[in-house]
Amino acid sequence: MSDKKEKEPWFSAKIANTFLGPLSLNNPITVQVLGICSSLAVTVQLKPALIMALSVTIVTGFSNLIISLMRNTIPSRIRIIVQLVVIAALVIIVDQLLKAYVYDVSKKLSVFVGLIITNCILMGRLEAYAMANKPWPSFVDGIANGVGYGMILIILGTIRELLGSGKILGMSVIPDSFYQAGYENNGLMILPPMALITIGVIIWIHRSWKKSLIEK
Amino acid sequence: MHSNRYIFIYSAVMVVVVAILLTVVAIGLKPKQQYNIKVEKMQNILSSVNISSTTKNAEELFNKYIVDQKVIDVNGNEQPNLKAFDVNVEQESKVPADKRKLPIYICKTDKGETKYILPTYGKGLWGPIWGYISVNDDKNTVYGSFFDHKGETPGLGAEIATPTFQAQFAGKKLFDENGTFVSIKAVKGGADKNDAHGVDAISGGTITSKGLTKMLMDELKPYENFLKQKN
Repeated sequence: MSDKKEKEPWFSAKIANTFLGPLSLNNPITVQVLGICSSLAVTVQLKPALIMALSVTIVTGFSNLIISLMRNTIPSRIRIIVQLVVIAALVIIVDQLLKAYVYDVSKKLSVFVGLIITNCILMGRLEAYAMANKPWPSFVDGIANGVGYGMILIILGTIRELLGSGKILGMSVIPDSFYQAGYENNGLMILPPMALITIGVIIWIHRSWKKSLIEK
Repeated sequence: MHSNRYIFIYSAVMVVVVAILLTVVAIGLKPKQQYNIKVEKMQNILSSVNISSTTKNAEELFNKYIVDQKVIDVNGNEQPNLKAFDVNVEQESKVPADKRKLPIYICKTDKGETKYILPTYGKGLWGPIWGYISVNDDKNTVYGSFFDHKGETPGLGAEIATPTFQAQFAGKKLFDENGTFVSIKAVKGGADKNDAHGVDAISGGTITSKGLTKMLMDELKPYENFLKQKN
């Protein structure tokens, strides 16, 4: 695919930047501090976090793509409504698919799948990027933001499930001998406040690693 | 700038397209979703007689252990031509007790013991809670229980869905020595060990615990006549 030289190559340096930005320097959670609500709620265990990450990535990717394809026809006065309709339709489809194929997880995610509609990351990317860019870069931007969001969710989910329940993906990883030696799962990890503190710690680490993120 | 006419047509077309798309998806996936709901119900029922199942073997185990199901009225008489599994307990809980359809599942365990499983439905703090209580063939001693909820607070009210909470119900009694129906209560601050009608309520989950107590009272009371019938 990369040899389509007539116009812009599919995987140019610009596309690579579009993709890498949201993963680190422009991460939706740790830098833009968007989507915090759902990241606190669905990261008690790793499995819902994974499914949520995947769902958001699909919705951001495709809503960016669809809006970008429609961008020249959308009347600017109703653009927000059009964006919301696209997002809402995609979210409902994802929700229905989850209910049909991973019912137990869809019960755990409960309202949060529906709340993807109001996830600021989505509207933000549509307004800021898809309305002004071609479909392919928009799609990449959407996927990258979904992955950037999902990445943090997966880190949080791993930490919280490991320390809170001593498991990873529902399988016990902490040996029984630890428990006999007096080790206990940290119940606080299961509650949302600890998720917020963990996000804070992740932001701290991220900023000490990328100094450019620190405000003067 | 687009004209008003364009905007109206644009929105109308968009809405119709999206509506058709969503309808197709919803109808296409409905059988699969309903199957999931059915399997979950079977798993819940099995769980109340301490049989754990997976989504894959639930239907098989259900057919194996649940040997009979019937629907009775408040006097304990069987209502013909009704299948317990098809009764919507949520709707029945809103009907006056004397008009209710009361489903009962009859389970034969591996040891050959008969257990009666009674469904319940009530209100927690944020939304509905429901469950199944199974009793031994003396129709008094509880054998096992299962509870679930729609959206109780995790770590607090949601604890009713944990095996630790549910295990407390085994061995409790629905009737006192005089044969009066007293149900089982979730007692705040912890139930006395010798209390045959009390389990420990959940600390921090007071409203859910109260809802559960009320649910057990209101929903099991209509079964009183059936439970008093001795085989």
